[in-house]
Amino acid sequence: MTLTEDDVRYVAELAHLELTGGEVKLFKLQLGAILEYMQKLNELDTANIEPMAQVLGPGAPNPSIRADRNVPCFPQEIALANAPDPGPGLFRVPSVIERE
Amino acid sequence: MRPTQVQGCSGCPASSNGNNILKESSADRRICGLRLFAHPTDKPRSHKGLGGADMASFGHVCDFRGSQTLQSARFLRHPLTRIVRPIPRHYTMDLTELNISQIRNALAAKQVSAEEICQEHLKRIGERDSEVRAYLTVTAERALAQARKVDRLVTEGRPLPALAGVPVAIKDAIVTRGVRTTCASKILENYVSPYDATAVERLESAGGVILGKTNCDEFAMGSSTENSAFFPTRNPVEPSRVPGGSSGGSAAAVAAHLATIALGSDTGGSIRQPAAYCGVAGMMGSYGRVSRYGLVAFASSLDHIGPFARSVADLACVLGVIAGRDPLDSTSVDVPVRDYGAALDGDVRGLKVGIPREYFEGLSSETGANIQKAVDLLARLGCEVHSISLPHTAFAIGCYYIIATAEASSNLARYDGVRYGFRSEDHKNGLREMYKKTRDAGFGAEVKRRIMLGTYVLSSGYYDAYYRKAQQVRSLIARDFLEAFDEVDVIVTPTSPFPAFKLGERVDDPLQMYLADIYTVNASLAGIPGISVPCGRTATKPCLPVGMQILARHFDEARLLQVAHAFEKAGGFAIA
Repeated sequence: MTLTEDDVRYVAELAHLELTGGEVKLFKLQLGAILEYMQKLNELDTANIEPMAQVLGPGAPNPSIRADRNVPCFPQEIALANAPDPGPGLFRVPSVIERE
Repeated sequence: MRPTQVQGCSGCPASSNGNNILKESSADRRICGLRLFAHPTDKPRSHKGLGGADMASFGHVCDFRGSQTLQSARFLRHPLTRIVRPIPRHYTMDLTELNISQIRNALAAKQVSAEEICQEHLKRIGERDSEVRAYLTVTAERALAQARKVDRLVTEGRPLPALAGVPVAIKDAIVTRGVRTTCASKILENYVSPYDATAVERLESAGGVILGKTNCDEFAMGSSTENSAFFPTRNPVEPSRVPGGSSGGSAAAVAAHLATIALGSDTGGSIRQPAAYCGVAGMMGSYGRVSRYGLVAFASSLDHIGPFARSVADLACVLGVIAGRDPLDSTSVDVPVRDYGAALDGDVRGLKVGIPREYFEGLSSETGANIQKAVDLLARLGCEVHSISLPHTAFAIGCYYIIATAEASSNLARYDGVRYGFRSEDHKNGLREMYKKTRDAGFGAEVKRRIMLGTYVLSSGYYDAYYRKAQQVRSLIARDFLEAFDEVDVIVTPTSPFPAFKLGERVDDPLQMYLADIYTVNASLAGIPGISVPCGRTATKPCLPVGMQILARHFDEARLLQVAHAFEKAGGFAIA
């Protein structure tokens, strides 16, 4: 399996990245080499191995689920303070146009 | 130990050279914030004593310090002491060399103020950081305010908290209220956090004095700090070399005495590897040991916050402060926090130390030689050395870079130019274009590469082949460790296959850069704690630091620290 430039463009689209032509070429090579290296994992038979779903180790108390209660949160002006284009109580964005 | 000759103002370079400060390097310019407190043109302080409102003018040392030594300055600054005292020995001590307990003792004995310690560090940052470039932001104002708070505790005779007056550097991937947190990325260049990370809040509550925010690889993605969007940090031991990464700025700051301790983050070795490269100690607790609330997320199943220090006792002290359950991080767990300081002096005789065979393949011979000497030293201390196998080691890099990039692609989806951070103005065609242009202009090459990789391995048709497969291999790697810890108490390995490499040496080959993480990603995948301590330097010039990694069972940080401390006490840090 080799990575094509179309694959790179497709993945960039999924990731909301706009790549230049040069970046597409470079990533095709670099990501191709890395993905090829990752094929090494296929040397292992993992048919009967559970995917690891938690990292805490055996015997650790599971983190509890918190009660679903309202807790103090930032007031609107603080939540908006870092916004590139804040409006009155809102984040302003460019108009949404349907994808072709 | 160098005697301190305090020339000119402590902390404000303007008075020592009489030049326009704006002509100085950017590092000096950042220090200019200090002028608020210590400008030579301000009125002289009134000598009413230490603390209270009077402390506000405590910084005007440059008015009368001139070229006097600290000894006489001390006398001048304690006008209540009317008699000439013999000069105590500690005044010849460089305040940037003190460790946590020395700072504490000196404060309690009123031999020095927290503000002086803070000023001395800020001064050193002004002098030295134009070369090292460890800091992205120096928070002189916040530091001095906090130091004065500590000094008030001293004056009022109140008990001193664990880190009273200790100068701290914080990796810029950890948020600090009211201070720019950039994650070394253009996309967060002007981001000012509305809250403090839990670890930061705990450090400050314990009296820590935050000097500033340190450089790192953008979004903690890298092993050299060359991926910073702003500038690379240099290794203080040898400036042509990288400090390691991603927490390279924090490691360099501690190594260059630009802070006593520092916080970094470790996802696949980002504390342990730079600690090794810069010749300091660095530690990652077990997954869940330290709250990540306020750590900018990279790979959530792997991210840790942890400390850097120049001694194991200091690491233990900082870990004790930042560890423990935090309701704001649902992955932090309620496992009791040990008294790590008390655990240091335990007997290591009879302790079983495992040496994994797989970690010595492909190792540079110089690093191997130092590790061998380190293992010999542990044996002389009475540890039983056992050769062990961690059979899935060779699969760790592939496994790690699938899982870490998958999680990164998902975590970094939040940077879209809507709620915070940079937004591209080039978006005639609407919202979607705005996202893409923003992310294209805001992210650096390595971040884009990892987002691409992560998106690919999670994409339809590839998920099972990559992501699910990697999670299965992760189970095998974790099982290797569980089985090994049935046989041994700790595992000792090199931290990195080679010492600090040259700037630019690996930037063009991402896979080679990834492979440098071969000895650190395993423990991250398994969730076990790890520490890197210095074990001498390479025999040939430029004699670079070598790091030894110690790994232990989940939540057995005390054991790690105990072995590391015994090794340090036996002279292991300077092994030759």
